[in-house]
Amino acid sequence: MVSKSTQKEYVRILSPSRFDPWHGKAPLLSHLDIELTERCNNACIHCCINQPEHDAELAGREMSTAFIKDLLQQAADLGCISVRFTGGEPLLRRDFTELYLFARRLGMRVVLFTNARLITPELAQLLARIPPGKMVEVTVYGMQAESYDAVAARAGAFAGFWRGVELLREHKIRFIVKQSLLPANRSEQAEFEAWALTAADMKDSPGYSINFELRGRRDNPARNRVIESLRFSPEESVALLTSRPGYVEEMQQFCAKFMGPSGDLLFGCGAGKGACVDAYGRAQMCMGLRHPDLVWDLHRADEAEAADMSPLKFVLTEVFPKWREIRATNPDYLQRCARCFLKGLCEQCPARSWQEHGDLDTPVEYFCAIAHVQARDLGLLDEGEKAWEVEDWRERIANFSNRKSET
Amino acid sequence: MKQVELSLHTIYQPSEDVVAREIEGEIIIIPLAAGIGDMEDELYTLNETGKMIWDRLDGRNTLAEIAAALADEYDAPLDEIERDVLGLIEELARRKIVVAQTE
Repeated sequence: MVSKSTQKEYVRILSPSRFDPWHGKAPLLSHLDIELTERCNNACIHCCINQPEHDAELAGREMSTAFIKDLLQQAADLGCISVRFTGGEPLLRRDFTELYLFARRLGMRVVLFTNARLITPELAQLLARIPPGKMVEVTVYGMQAESYDAVAARAGAFAGFWRGVELLREHKIRFIVKQSLLPANRSEQAEFEAWALTAADMKDSPGYSINFELRGRRDNPARNRVIESLRFSPEESVALLTSRPGYVEEMQQFCAKFMGPSGDLLFGCGAGKGACVDAYGRAQMCMGLRHPDLVWDLHRADEAEAADMSPLKFVLTEVFPKWREIRATNPDYLQRCARCFLKGLCEQCPARSWQEHGDLDTPVEYFCAIAHVQARDLGLLDEGEKAWEVEDWRERIANFSNRKSET
Repeated sequence: MKQVELSLHTIYQPSEDVVAREIEGEIIIIPLAAGIGDMEDELYTLNETGKMIWDRLDGRNTLAEIAAALADEYDAPLDEIERDVLGLIEELARRKIVVAQTE
């Protein structure tokens, strides 16, 4: 039956924030992360990824344009409606515009992570004419040339960043900013926040990176030592967290939902429920987890063809679910992390373990220390207590979550 | 919003500035270009009637031909179907989701 005289709302607007075309059911893939390159025009001292901008060998190994387009098509066929282009600096790819338009024409919304230095008038015009559908995310490394260039380790980088941001503003392209807080720019935090709230499309205070990840390829121990030296201490990390408005109330709700020992199952997180693809076409369960045993080369078509699936569907249905069942065997992990009720507060995960220790299940002391400082600050632990030894953790969580706000 | 003048004798087709994807049996219309709708990240879906008409906006048939085909297929009164077709196209044209063929 076509017509009902009372049925007049032919077109319904879907709110992007409540867009649920699957009516509560999850599609096989709703979002895809693609790292277009590991190369970057900045050489940030704290970065876990960046490779030299002009590294021809790496550039030659990167996914081809046709391969990425095929990947996007595979993703769309699985229901994917958004893609994140990240890097390295994704705008270094000469085919960026082509890939962007291809993704948009598949109906995908595009999240672009960039340092904004390579935004040209032509690209700004394109983003204005065909908006990404999601806000561009710009990482900021300083509010002055001296601080920015010191972090980016590139003379003139700040000028390029500022020019890029001005182009975004001039063309009314919606963007948010976030900052990596480092010794060179820490004194500019207030200035950054004030600027962010006026220059960018920010509803809330900007996010900060402070607990920098080590090199994901485990390629440079000397750089890892530098990165470790740049991290906020556990106490400084918690001080930054607690300075945010509504922190305690937010933590009360969070702790009521996400605390408790995780046992020996390593992937209690969402890793492997979606897909990330590195610059060379290897599917990863999450962006940080590059352990060679847990990446799947999407150029391998034989198994997928045998199963009559696209490589992306194969990895999501046949590979990742098996990896998600991996259990810890490290006695130290089983003694501590598996029994620790601070799981929701702690950044410990297989990716961090890989970056720090080269395996999946070794406790990372830095993140353990942050979680313990935060738990003590929230009143969940006493001085000197180890969270994995606490037996009445349920009661502590309940008391904290039900506590009336002191403010 | 401005009223759009429509003719049943015009051919309409989806604008090149939108992408339509069918997800779980529903048509989801995704604006590509700026200026579709009120916000850049708005998405649209069609009711059941709208979907049936949308499926026939192939750039070859006039609205009158589409209405006649639907009336025939569903054994429904032509005048009601024509009202539905014009109602949908008016909404879509106002939002620049469909465009009239100029020749």
